[in-house]
Amino acid sequence: MKLIWLQAAGCGGCTQSLLGAESRAGVLAQFADGGIELVLHPGMSESTGDETLDLLRAAADGRLSFDILCVEGALLRGPNGSGRFQMLSGSGRPLIAWVRELAARAAYVLAIGTCSAYGGIVSGGENVTDACGLQFDGDQEGGLLGTDFRSGAGLPVINVAGCPTHPGWIVDTLLSLALGALNAADLDAWQRPRFYTEQLVHHGCPRNEFYEFKASAQKLSDLGCLMENMGCKGTQANADCNLRPWHGVGSCVRGGFACISCTEPGFEEPGHPFMETPKIAGIPTGLPIDMPKAWFVALAALSKSATPKRVRENSRSDHPLIAPGIRKSGPK
Amino acid sequence: MTRRLTIGPFNRVEGDLEVTLDIADGRVASAQVSSSLYRGFEHILLAKHPLDALVIVPRICGICSVSQSAAAATALAAAAGVDMPPNGRLASNLILACENLADHLTHFYLFFMPDFARAAYRGCSWHATTERRFQATVGEALREVLPARADLLRLMGYLAGKWPHSLALQPGGTTRAVTATEKVRLLVVLREFRAFLSSTVFGDALENVAAIGSADELAAWAEGRPGDLPRFLEIAGDLDLARCGRASDTFLSYGAYAHGGRDGQPLFARGVWHGQRRPFEEPLIREDVTHAWLHGDRPLHPRQGETRPLTGEFADKASAYTWCKAPRYDGRIVETGALARQMVAGQPLVRALVAAEGGSVLARVVARLLELALVVPAMEGWVRALTPGEAFCHAWQLPDQASGVGLVEAARGSLGHWLRIEGGKIAGYQIIAPTTWNFSPRDAAGVPGALEQALVGLPVGEDERVPLAVQHVVRSFDPCMVCTVH
Repeated sequence: MKLIWLQAAGCGGCTQSLLGAESRAGVLAQFADGGIELVLHPGMSESTGDETLDLLRAAADGRLSFDILCVEGALLRGPNGSGRFQMLSGSGRPLIAWVRELAARAAYVLAIGTCSAYGGIVSGGENVTDACGLQFDGDQEGGLLGTDFRSGAGLPVINVAGCPTHPGWIVDTLLSLALGALNAADLDAWQRPRFYTEQLVHHGCPRNEFYEFKASAQKLSDLGCLMENMGCKGTQANADCNLRPWHGVGSCVRGGFACISCTEPGFEEPGHPFMETPKIAGIPTGLPIDMPKAWFVALAALSKSATPKRVRENSRSDHPLIAPGIRKSGPK
Repeated sequence: MTRRLTIGPFNRVEGDLEVTLDIADGRVASAQVSSSLYRGFEHILLAKHPLDALVIVPRICGICSVSQSAAAATALAAAAGVDMPPNGRLASNLILACENLADHLTHFYLFFMPDFARAAYRGCSWHATTERRFQATVGEALREVLPARADLLRLMGYLAGKWPHSLALQPGGTTRAVTATEKVRLLVVLREFRAFLSSTVFGDALENVAAIGSADELAAWAEGRPGDLPRFLEIAGDLDLARCGRASDTFLSYGAYAHGGRDGQPLFARGVWHGQRRPFEEPLIREDVTHAWLHGDRPLHPRQGETRPLTGEFADKASAYTWCKAPRYDGRIVETGALARQMVAGQPLVRALVAAEGGSVLARVVARLLELALVVPAMEGWVRALTPGEAFCHAWQLPDQASGVGLVEAARGSLGHWLRIEGGKIAGYQIIAPTTWNFSPRDAAGVPGALEQALVGLPVGEDERVPLAVQHVVRSFDPCMVCTVH
């Protein structure tokens, strides 16, 4: 399958993330072996200037057939609907015009990262640039291409959301498409591939014992659970970051800081400081997904009162102070 | 006869770049460099909680993400008056060095070398090897480099959670304390990276590469040596890249890896080089917007700086051709990056190359690869110095009113953040990125920026639509356009 990749108003971080994919001969070899041909990528292809414009023009008017359009970065409609905040260099036209034309020719359109999916960080604050995603404007359907947009294969935009997106999420999505194994039914309510969003960041979190007892970190670098004080949304965020670690060993919570729910529309404006948990009467307003509030409050009170000394002490330290006991008779 | 040539989209650089050349008698007579994307991060930051900057600024750039975090953390630390514990300093330097070295590799193998594999060089003796090894997206070197880079990034997994866009760098240190066995594993990561550099990039031990002291020694060292730096040096000799792409030869470095060198000094010194090294004086910076699609009528120090984009009056400002401001140091055009960093630091080979022919494509690329050889041994020392069980992060209190400056060295050079806090919120945030310096437009006096100067005089063939020499010079700076205009 032929792939054209465009960089809209983003940071290029999703491409950098992709290049870090763990693979014996690197992600580009993995694509080639999986039947994905990189026809154009602004950070990697040989062509530049007119050579690139010729290729894009041919793709836009149908002379060059291709299968997949990946767009990284938010789509800037400003100022005043002109798209002038991002002109495709050398072409004299706004990038959003190119995206519209190319999307109409692609069998599949992928939003790579939260910016191109929903607007992301670039749409934060007052959104001076009128940034949006391909088929969403924050949590509202529509975006640049409109609610009714369907790519050649009949799918809406596939949102490989994340800030940045995990290399594995891109690779699995593209290789699934190449195998004909990803359909509309495989997307969730935000049009993200369900294979990575039907998990919570909470799943596989190494701080789970601290969570169970509400033994909470009091400050950054503490080992305790980050939910109660440090702004962590891992119990609400749909992603498999702790089941499929980053660089083989990492994730946000493993790195000692909160999950900020970067796979979700609107994560960029949480309505509170990112690294503080919003609370009412001492209770976090963002409760674990699928958990009734009364149960959470009851369980939290009970588990706090039952916290083992080891868990409590360690939660407030940046390294374990007390090791788990060893049962000399062996586990029962 | 003069003709005008516009080159864009300029690929294999990070972000959006357009270069317009006036060509006379087969040479570039003048150049205009345009940054064609504006996102408005300095505006997005306004009225936010000061620590939210640590979430927002790394997302300016996915390739200099940690550098942006480091500059913000430094500015916040200055505002809060907090210092890091030794472990926090070491871990911060390791995280920043990891990004910088990964970026140097990315630049050499993905952005820069593929140009020599182009069909236009088919007649050259080195072309067949270069095409096989470095051709864009399919060259055999990528099968070695991408896995080596991914393995190096395991260091980010341990110390920063993930890359890009980590919150591990904080004003008081880092969020992730490492255990004694993780320290061992970090050394394994660095040992494997060292082995890759020795076998693939250099064809020699890092210490031997770092000891090369002159252009003659470099030539003798490279002769017949299997390794990608020697392969580049053969090409550079043939194409005379030592006399290609000279800019102002004034070099700026904020100093890299705080406390990472001897006696608590940075690993690479801070200063300005113009014929000799002088102390850097932060009050001498100004930014001019005469040629930018921005409002403003006089050069401002970033502490007073503002970023207000035109929104509909483009025709009224005919002088403007970019979103990029024109930063000046004491009124001068400066160049920043690995070459500038090593000039200021006094690295012998880099000083010798510049003394002979000035800043050039060759000198910029050699300086970048030299840093791989210089920094990995330092990183090994930093890992060994980590003390598990002792603090990685100090507590701090942010005042409601404060200001702070964060000056760091990113892979591409000097990165500065100027922060002002009022009423507990961000009231002002200005950023000058490395490529803002290098790819600056003209200023009010009409003086062109560093790249605009470096392009003048380059040969352009009659049929060339994307002149090769221009591409080599542009990419030799390793521009990051998403940082340039943020």
